[in-house]
This record gives sequence, structure tokens and C-alpha cells, in this order.
Amino acid sequence: MKVEVQGLRAWFGTHEVIRGVSLDIHEQCVTAIIGPSGCGKSTFVRCLNRLHELGPTARTTGRVSLDGQDIYALDPVAVRRRIGMVFQTPNPFPNMSIYDNVLAGVRMNGLLPKEPETLVESALKQVALWEEVKEELERPGAHLSGGQQQRLCLARALALEPEVILMDEPCSSLDPIATAKVEELIHGLGERYTIVIVTHNMQQAARVSDRTAFFYLGELVEYDTTDAIFTAPNDLRTEEYITGRFG
Amino acid sequence: MKRALQLFALLLPIGIVLAACVHLVRLARGADLSTLLPAFAGSLLLAGLAGLIAVPLGLAAAIYLQEYAPKGRLTSLIEWNISALAGVPSIVYGLLGLEIFARTLATGRSLISGALTLAILVLPLVALAAREALRQVPKAYREAAFALGATRLDTIRYVVLPMSSRTIATGIVLALGLALGEAAPLIVVGGFAFVTFVPSGLGSAYTALPLQIFHWLARPEPEYLARAAAAMIVLLVMVLGMSLASLVIRVRAS
Repeated sequence: MKVEVQGLRAWFGTHEVIRGVSLDIHEQCVTAIIGPSGCGKSTFVRCLNRLHELGPTARTTGRVSLDGQDIYALDPVAVRRRIGMVFQTPNPFPNMSIYDNVLAGVRMNGLLPKEPETLVESALKQVALWEEVKEELERPGAHLSGGQQQRLCLARALALEPEVILMDEPCSSLDPIATAKVEELIHGLGERYTIVIVTHNMQQAARVSDRTAFFYLGELVEYDTTDAIFTAPNDLRTEEYITGRFG
Repeated sequence: MKRALQLFALLLPIGIVLAACVHLVRLARGADLSTLLPAFAGSLLLAGLAGLIAVPLGLAAAIYLQEYAPKGRLTSLIEWNISALAGVPSIVYGLLGLEIFARTLATGRSLISGALTLAILVLPLVALAAREALRQVPKAYREAAFALGATRLDTIRYVVLPMSSRTIATGIVLALGLALGEAAPLIVVGGFAFVTFVPSGLGSAYTALPLQIFHWLARPEPEYLARAAAAMIVLLVMVLGMSLASLVIRVRAS
């Protein structure tokens, strides 16, 4: 198992958002987290790279391990270097060019390679953005279209060569064509990286993921292969959710 | 009707300034401009030194409050305190400077006493402006940096400061423009009424344009009135220049 979560609980102030979740994330596999709004799925992935705890009143207990090591016993900075993240709204740094955005992570970690151009090219090629932007690498990253920006953010995460990539509803602000492109990328990257994707779009979960976890009210209701979840769910709540009876 | 009002609102302040300028130019006719040099140099040095002292401190305070300080009662109290300090009349800072710098630190009636006094006067303004600029950087970019394994310091250095630097610069320029026009604290802390030389060092006697204007206006001879008017024009141009600079920075930022 790449990531093992045991008895994870998370709070905002006194409000408990994750109520004891245990779940194992398989290596080189796309795991989708689905569930209605407010079920804690975003908070769950933000606990996996220790981003949740940055909130002023946020708190977490339980164990999350990466390759058997408890990430809550490690330096959070080192954890986040190994676990990349793509957010709901594309957020390339507006003060940086496309080129500098790709290198932002390595630069801030003091890992800038001797030939940064090669790294920029390979990261942008991995997200199928190279051909579109190779002539204008010095333009601000924020001037790209929404879909391009999101792929740039993915390239920025990939440039650090993370082991796990977390995606928090990465397509929710994109149009259908851009969404299709990003989904195709996620599917392809799943062969090399361990990916956890939060989505409220069940078709998307079915298209891109190998395994699916259904969250409801801060609890893990069901977790199985995506095929099993969508064709033969065990829990009534899962069935009702995927058939669109609530959420 | 609305258009006419807008035009009126735009032209009124410009008209007032222009009328004042025309009047000043007429008054200033025949003034010996070389007599303005010590005060002009004094003003530039005072504002420059005050900036050198207040900007790093104010920026550090803002970064601490916005990026590091735990959100709590103590932080709110400190913030409230800074806002309150920004509203303290400038003459009070003059008294403070007189007591702390001129007397306790025995810097006397020197350029550095004046600069330090102006520095504590603009410090809360710089800190408030910088704090506000930092606050405007959306959380999403901080999170993006953290998620890339950046430390808090790297996040500030590579993302937060570059994104807010122009807004911060605007605030600094406006605050220093204010310092440039201050006479009251300098009168209290010991700027000289008659200095015929450009300050030669930190311990040198000094005067400043507003101070010089104040003293010249108090004299009955018409030639001093002319000098005062000329000094006002120079001061106006300097302060308007600072405002213009801040406007340029702000426009280019967006």
C-alpha cells in the first residue's frame, strides 16, 4: 500500500468533518473520492499532505502513512514535496511566467537542476501543454485559458517528481473540452503515479479511476474497485447516491 | 447632469491647486532660489532616512502579523494599537522624539533626531499599508506554495511579497510623501529656523521645507514671503510627484 489511513479524524474548531476514516490507497492507481457536498472529501485529501492543519482552528488525529512512515511524524514540508496537489480553481502564480511556474516548486525547495529547460519541457510534455506554449514560455502563467492553467498547475506539481498526486475537484471550473483533456491526462498518469482525485462528478470517477471511495457525512461508507462500486454497491446509501437519488 | 457633476468634482480640486499655484508663483517672483537648497536637501534626507528606518521595520511587523502571528486576542490588540498610532497627531510624535532621541539618546537637534522622529511617525502607516497589501494576496496562492513543499519563508519570498510588492510600494511612497510635508514634529524635535548649508552628516543641524516655510512666514520682510512661496511650490511639486509615482505604480500593477 502506498498510503495507509487509519482512524483519521479532522476538525474545524469543534465541528468534526472526518469521523474516523480508515482506507488504503494502492500504488500506481487512480483512487476517486466521491460523495455529496460537505461530506468531508476535500478535507480528507487535505489531511493526506498536511494542508488541513494550516487552518487556524483545524485539528487532525489518527495515522496517515506514506510507504509505512507516519507523515504526521515527519516534517510537513518534506511530506508535501513527496505528495503533490492540484486544486479546485487553477492557481498558477500570477507573478511568474509559465516557465517559472513550472520551476516554482523545485526553486522553492532549492532543487533547481543544472538544465532547468529540460525539466520545464518534460513537465509540460507530460501534461500535453508543451506544443501549445513552447513559443511563449515567458508569458505570465495567469494569461492562459482555464484548462491550460490547470494543466500548468499539474506540470508544476509533476516537476517535483512527487510519489502521490492529490487532486481536489480539478475539473470543476473547466469547460467540457478542457475537462476531457485533463481526465485523459489523469488516466494516463495513473500508470506512473499514485493519484487521489476528489470529484462530485460520478461519471468522471467512473471514467478515470480504478478504485472509488464513497464518503458520506464525514465517514467512509464504501470502498472498492470502481467497477464494483458502480455496478454492485453493497451499501444502500452508495446505491442511492450513484443512481442520483440524493446529493 | 451626472456628467456635469463628475466634471465639476474633477475640476474643482485641480482648479483650487492651480489657483493656489498661480498665486504662489506671483508671490514667489524675485525670490533667491539658492536659499531654498538647505531646506530642500534637508527634506530629501529626512524623508530618505525615515524611509530607510521605517520601511524594514514596518514591513517586518506586517509580515509577522499577517503571516506568522497566531490569530488571537493579542494579535488583534497589536493591530488595533498600530491603527491607533497611525491616528496620533504628529506633534505628539515630535514630543516623543524630543524625549527619546534628542534627550535620552542625546542626539540633540541633529538630522538623525528628525529622521528618527519622522520614522516612528510613518512606521504605523507603512505597517498598516503593507499588512493590507499582504492580506489581499489570496489564500489559494499560499496554499499552492505550501502544497509544493515550500516553507513559510519561501512562500513569502517567492509568492506573497512579489504579488504584493507594488501595493506595498504605493503605501510607502504615500507615507513618505506625508513625512515630507510635516512641520510640527520637526519644530518640536529641534529643526533649525536658519540653516544656510546642506546637512553634512547624521549629526548635522538641519532644516526642512515645511519648517522653513513656517519660519519665513513669521517674518515681516517681503523677500521672506517670496522665499516662503517659492518653498511652497517646491514642496507641492515634491509631494505631488510622490502621489503621481504611487499612482503610476498602482496603475502598472493592475
